[in-house]
Amino acid sequence: MGVFTIILPEIFLFLSSTLLLVVGLFYKRVNIINLLTFSILILAAVLVFYQPSSFGFNNSFVNDEFSKTIKMLILIGSASTLLMFSPSRRKINIDIYEFPILISFASLGMMVMVSSNDLLSMFIGLELQSLSLYVLASLNRNSLQSSESGIKYFILGALSSGLLLFGISYIYGFTGNTNFNLISATYDKNSLGLLIGIVFVCSGLAFKISAVPFHMWTPDVYQGAPTPVTGFFALAPKIAAVAIFLRFLYSSFGETAADWQQIIIFLSIASMIFAAFAAIAQSNIKRLMAYSSIGHVGYILIGMACFNFEGVQSLIIYLILYLVMNLSVFSFILMMKRKDEYCENINDLSGLYKHNPFYAILIALSMFSLAGIPPLAGFFGKFYIFMSAIKSDFYLLAVVGIVASVVSAFYYLRIVKIIYFDEPSEKFDEFNSSSLNLLFFISSGIVILFFVYPSPILNMGNYAAKTFF
Amino acid sequence: MTASLLSFYIFSTVILLSSLMVITSKNPVHSVLFLILTFFNGAGLFIILHAEFLAMILIIVYVGAVAVLFLFVVMMLDFKISLDKNNILQYLPIGFFVGVVFISELIIVLINTKFDLSNIQILVNPMIKFENLTNTEAIGSILYTDYILYFQLSGIILLVAMIGSIVLTLRTREGVKRQSIQSQLDRNYKSTITMVDPKSNEGVDI
Repeated sequence: MGVFTIILPEIFLFLSSTLLLVVGLFYKRVNIINLLTFSILILAAVLVFYQPSSFGFNNSFVNDEFSKTIKMLILIGSASTLLMFSPSRRKINIDIYEFPILISFASLGMMVMVSSNDLLSMFIGLELQSLSLYVLASLNRNSLQSSESGIKYFILGALSSGLLLFGISYIYGFTGNTNFNLISATYDKNSLGLLIGIVFVCSGLAFKISAVPFHMWTPDVYQGAPTPVTGFFALAPKIAAVAIFLRFLYSSFGETAADWQQIIIFLSIASMIFAAFAAIAQSNIKRLMAYSSIGHVGYILIGMACFNFEGVQSLIIYLILYLVMNLSVFSFILMMKRKDEYCENINDLSGLYKHNPFYAILIALSMFSLAGIPPLAGFFGKFYIFMSAIKSDFYLLAVVGIVASVVSAFYYLRIVKIIYFDEPSEKFDEFNSSSLNLLFFISSGIVILFFVYPSPILNMGNYAAKTFF
Repeated sequence: MTASLLSFYIFSTVILLSSLMVITSKNPVHSVLFLILTFFNGAGLFIILHAEFLAMILIIVYVGAVAVLFLFVVMMLDFKISLDKNNILQYLPIGFFVGVVFISELIIVLINTKFDLSNIQILVNPMIKFENLTNTEAIGSILYTDYILYFQLSGIILLVAMIGSIVLTLRTREGVKRQSIQSQLDRNYKSTITMVDPKSNEGVDI
């Protein structure tokens, strides 16, 4: 019994979503199943909160401060996706009760991934997560774009898993171990084969977090997938993949940080610069958010490259704020309806300040925050990241990051300009969905008021970073 | 040259050639048959490594189930893969470049790695406690104990795969008349047969 308490939240999540799967077969009320899954995810987050720090299964599964923090973020992200799902499910033709269940299986995979201390459980968790995501992306069978995005995601995801496995086999071959701690103990600094293994595993994981040059799937998948699924992609899987990336590098190759820091620095600089320039020409807001998320991954990777306490702390803070900002934008995208049809073009936003001035201010502030303008939340996220880069003598990263965020301010501010100064277009439908309004107001409230009382989020970063240093 | 080395070269040559044929042959049925040949030779490689359990599993699962299923699908769908020469030429340079980079990396690794033969015993046989068992016994004794987490999680992956394939393919159509055995059995003559006494030239009400 003892060993199973370590994975209690995972067991709970699995058993209850399987139960709901059976219930849904006979009781076809999608809304009720959705609500139940929502409460299961919240309960699992509570269970994670009360989990003691421990490890088990031959040290392949760890519960520490870091994994607990990330797991809670993931579960909050998944639960908010379900809130986005319920008002939009009819309109975009994904009105099936399997949606919430697939989301909860994906969260299960991510939780395993985040807790894994072994290459095997890392890979299995990653696959459990990706398999659910492939299905979710192609869920709208009547839309050609949705199927296209599912297929693209599947093929490129399979390719990246292949790269990952190739790297894993190298690491196993040259160290004889799959456990992160044992790899770190038997690490041979001069082994070139091991280095190639690290490079391949890094490329496989970079696919999952969509860092340049492994980003090609992101815009198409984000645009084609049903909007709640796009929101989910931006919220949860990225956080989980960043977390496992960090744990893989820090616990198994912490002693030779210089070897992999170059890779991370390259990925980071490439992502920041590419996203800043590529997003300028976008007209679809979901596609724009895809490029924006590529850019944010670049900033997150700065924190990872630092390899010190401040780096991890700023990374966690950035992840939390990234989650909140994306929540506010995606819950608003789901409210953009005209005559009961979803609008996805940025130009559709014009005239919003005339019809809904309050919403216009909030969405403009969210955009300012994404661009990193003080005193909004996004500014502090970037501030901590750049501070830690400067403290670790990565001046180049800090400079490139600041330049990239200046360039990216252009396309965020363009949205503000369209809202306030462009020729007003027709009025949107009433923003009457209570769950979307709730999400939107809470998340934009956090974005705006973060500077008043930042200590809870800063403490979370502190708490999680203690694990590694 | 020992027998195992000789058979290693035979098996791996056949694997390389037949997997090349899988992706180049024009007839999809031939591709699947070459795939089966690849699996068989892979099983041969496992036997050289004294992993007879994995060899048998490979044949039973991949040849017996997966490849035969492929074959069924390919034969039923009757599609033809047209190998467009232009397409191949378009992607050849970049593919060639990536392949060359890959191979030269591997060669550099091979040249620069001193294979430490004292370590090799651990790599080949990482679990010393199973030295005297057959590998079926060895797998059996850890699969449900040390590796229970991975085993169960793999089961969950299969469950998700099942849910996914059902979600993406099942269509419930309206107005399909299905046989309902329950209602057929519920009928008896009292509810279905009525005795009427028709009068001449008036007909009956139904």
